[in-house]
Amino acid sequence: MFSLETITNSIQQWLYSTFNPTMALILECAIVMLLVIGLFAVLGLVLVLMERKVAARMQIRLGPNRVGPRGMLQTAADTLKLMMKEGLTPDGADKFLFNLAPFIVMIAAMLIMAPIAFAKGFQIWDINIGVLYVSAVSSVSVIGILMAGWASNNKYSLLGAMRSGAQIVSYELSAGLSIISIVVLAGSLQVSDIIASQQTGWWLFRGHIPALIAFVIFIIAVTAETNRAPFDLAEAESELTAGFHTEYSGMRFALFFLAEYINIFIVCAIGATLFLGGWMPLHIGNWDDFNRIMDYIPSSLWFLGKTFCLIFLIMWFRWTFPRLRVDQLLSLEWKYLLPISMFNLLLITLIAIMGWHF
Amino acid sequence: MDISQVLFYALSAMALGSAIMVVISRNPVHSVLWLIITFFAISGHYILMNAQFLGIVNLIVYAGAIMVLFLFVIMLMNLNAETEPQKNKWLKLAGVVAGGCLLLVLVAALKQAEVKGKVAMLETGDIGLIRNLGKALFTDFVVPFEISSILFLSAMVGAVVIGKK
Repeated sequence: MFSLETITNSIQQWLYSTFNPTMALILECAIVMLLVIGLFAVLGLVLVLMERKVAARMQIRLGPNRVGPRGMLQTAADTLKLMMKEGLTPDGADKFLFNLAPFIVMIAAMLIMAPIAFAKGFQIWDINIGVLYVSAVSSVSVIGILMAGWASNNKYSLLGAMRSGAQIVSYELSAGLSIISIVVLAGSLQVSDIIASQQTGWWLFRGHIPALIAFVIFIIAVTAETNRAPFDLAEAESELTAGFHTEYSGMRFALFFLAEYINIFIVCAIGATLFLGGWMPLHIGNWDDFNRIMDYIPSSLWFLGKTFCLIFLIMWFRWTFPRLRVDQLLSLEWKYLLPISMFNLLLITLIAIMGWHF
Repeated sequence: MDISQVLFYALSAMALGSAIMVVISRNPVHSVLWLIITFFAISGHYILMNAQFLGIVNLIVYAGAIMVLFLFVIMLMNLNAETEPQKNKWLKLAGVVAGGCLLLVLVAALKQAEVKGKVAMLETGDIGLIRNLGKALFTDFVVPFEISSILFLSAMVGAVVIGKK
């Protein structure tokens, strides 16, 4: 059967038998970097196209349909256009920070890829605190956004960056608490352990209603963390032109744009890993025949399917809810989501201690 | 030199270099950004010593939360070279003397400490792993741990009270 694990294992064996360990390690790092960059490019193209198509469906339009079959190559053409454009730097800007900021945001997004398990045995770095690592690195992208807003020397950019920073810092708390509730259930921070603990069923179902509440809070919080509508105050077009990336043009703007979509993919991948079992196929109790059929579907397809379902959900939000005001945004987090998720964490701890999950 | 030694020297150079840049860069926003790089280098050191949990917590708390708040405040204060008040010459001199005294004390303390024979355990120590750290905190050090959490609670209450005014 097709499996990514055998491919990676044979590559590793070949590398370690031909080169000395240090050289093999360096070569492995290079391969991983190339793969991640390739994945980024493909994801950017696919997700932007998906967003435009989904938006068009929701508004009863056709969406992009001119370039390539059914508009499939539209985003490739857009990328080409952005690459040809001139990257302007404003006169009063802090030149170095202005040029560095998009790369910081991109690098933070790339680093989060490390502990994500894309398929069975197909993971870059199975660090023993994988979930904490994700929340640590995702908080670094705030620094890139603040840098971009400040270095642009533009009041709209600065305001957008401040809003974005306040939003990310506050919603990180409820996202973190709902992540921790699954950690409590699984009893480990390691991503592979969390996936292995969902062998008999996904935590979304096994953890009863508290797990469901944690899932809903997680989805709301990550929608806010990725600065997407209805939480897109950081780039509210009607108030702030384009928020923190007002002054950016050409490829540097494209990097911010790409990082936004990569972040959506990453948070959805984390959500799929924690609540929906990652690459684990859907198994129902002791329906052996059903479980065997589900096992025939490759694990990478399970992972991608779950992730893209969540991405679709987040895109659906964008065309369903109106944008919140700043005070509504902050009171939603601090007065509702945070107390609810703290109480929910207590309930989940009770379930985990008493062993009420099945 | 194996790879962890190379990493150790690279991280140390990064930490020291960016710490110096924190002090000497004129723009406060640049100082904060250099400080963030210092925290990253120190987290790298933690990970080299197999204390991944400490390294990541260092990133979450310092680089992720505290430094972001610093950046917030400094960016909104709009500190430019023109608006910065000129400090008294004597004040600068007093600062140099005080800093020099601190350096002297630190050097004297380091000379006393026995660091010669002690080598950091690379990739073998396990106290920094979350299971062992949690056990140590909740058994051997439970009283100091709880006292520090009460300190945090009172700081939180204080912040809320000040914010309400």
